[in-house]
Amino acid sequence: MNTNFFELFHLPQSYAVDLQQLDSAYRDVQSQVHPDRFAMASEAERRVAMQWATLANEAYQALKKPLARAEYLLKLGGVDPELESNTSMPVDFLMAQMEWREELAEAVSSKSVPALSGLSSRLQSEMNAMLSRLGSTIDQEQDLAAAALLVRKLKFLHKLDEEIENALDAIG
Amino acid sequence: MAYSDKVIDHYENPRNVGSFEKGDESVGTGMVGAPACGDVMKLQIKVNEAGVIEDAKFKTYGCGSAIASSSLVTEWVKGKSLDEALSIKNTQIAEELALPPVKIHCSILAEDAIKAAVEDYKAKHTAS
Repeated sequence: MNTNFFELFHLPQSYAVDLQQLDSAYRDVQSQVHPDRFAMASEAERRVAMQWATLANEAYQALKKPLARAEYLLKLGGVDPELESNTSMPVDFLMAQMEWREELAEAVSSKSVPALSGLSSRLQSEMNAMLSRLGSTIDQEQDLAAAALLVRKLKFLHKLDEEIENALDAIG
Repeated sequence: MAYSDKVIDHYENPRNVGSFEKGDESVGTGMVGAPACGDVMKLQIKVNEAGVIEDAKFKTYGCGSAIASSSLVTEWVKGKSLDEALSIKNTQIAEELALPPVKIHCSILAEDAIKAAVEDYKAKHTAS
């Protein structure tokens, strides 16, 4: 099934998404294909209903989170973000990544919750700023190559965010 | 997933961790990153007047395989000319460390780090 996830939920194909509309469209599809409705149906019908439920779930996951949504829009636009193969990020960006990680390592070794929380809140605002730039790059400027670079950058920030959360869990 | 003994050895006793002065004329610095896993790698080479890599240092934030790959290549590039260093392939790194397919990108990162360091050194020396 090669269905456009935006079309599946009757949403405009854009980075900006009305999350309430997405949620209710998702619930609609799920209720239409709910196994209870197909209790008396043939095996073939049940199988099709199950496939729709799986597809709706996949579509919902792809559209719910902003970064995943951007990756999906790149895919629709035929742009490969080269997450596995593109290692040449801008040097100043990589320097900043090194510095973030050095700070994280220090905060972890001193077991400092305030340092980790401070790092986390600075990272959140950096990620939010980058996500809003990603939105305008895709929706207004329609520059998918620039969006691919932002997606690559956000992957690093997400990874760092995960590590900070893990460190906070381990200490707290 | 189990790490090979060689990966564990390099991970627990990484060779050549650290930095050279970035502005030093004899130093080439390569910075690379892997978006898929968020690994960041800095690899530096110190080149003598004969064009031979005398020393190398690295700093890597990432998984055990990424650290082992960078540690290994700092050992390999020592005593090599720039062209010899450029001929190091990620497949050799992956084979030496017995990296599983999901960790191949760590060896690609290390190969790209050498290339970036050599390029940086060459750029410093052709600009003048």
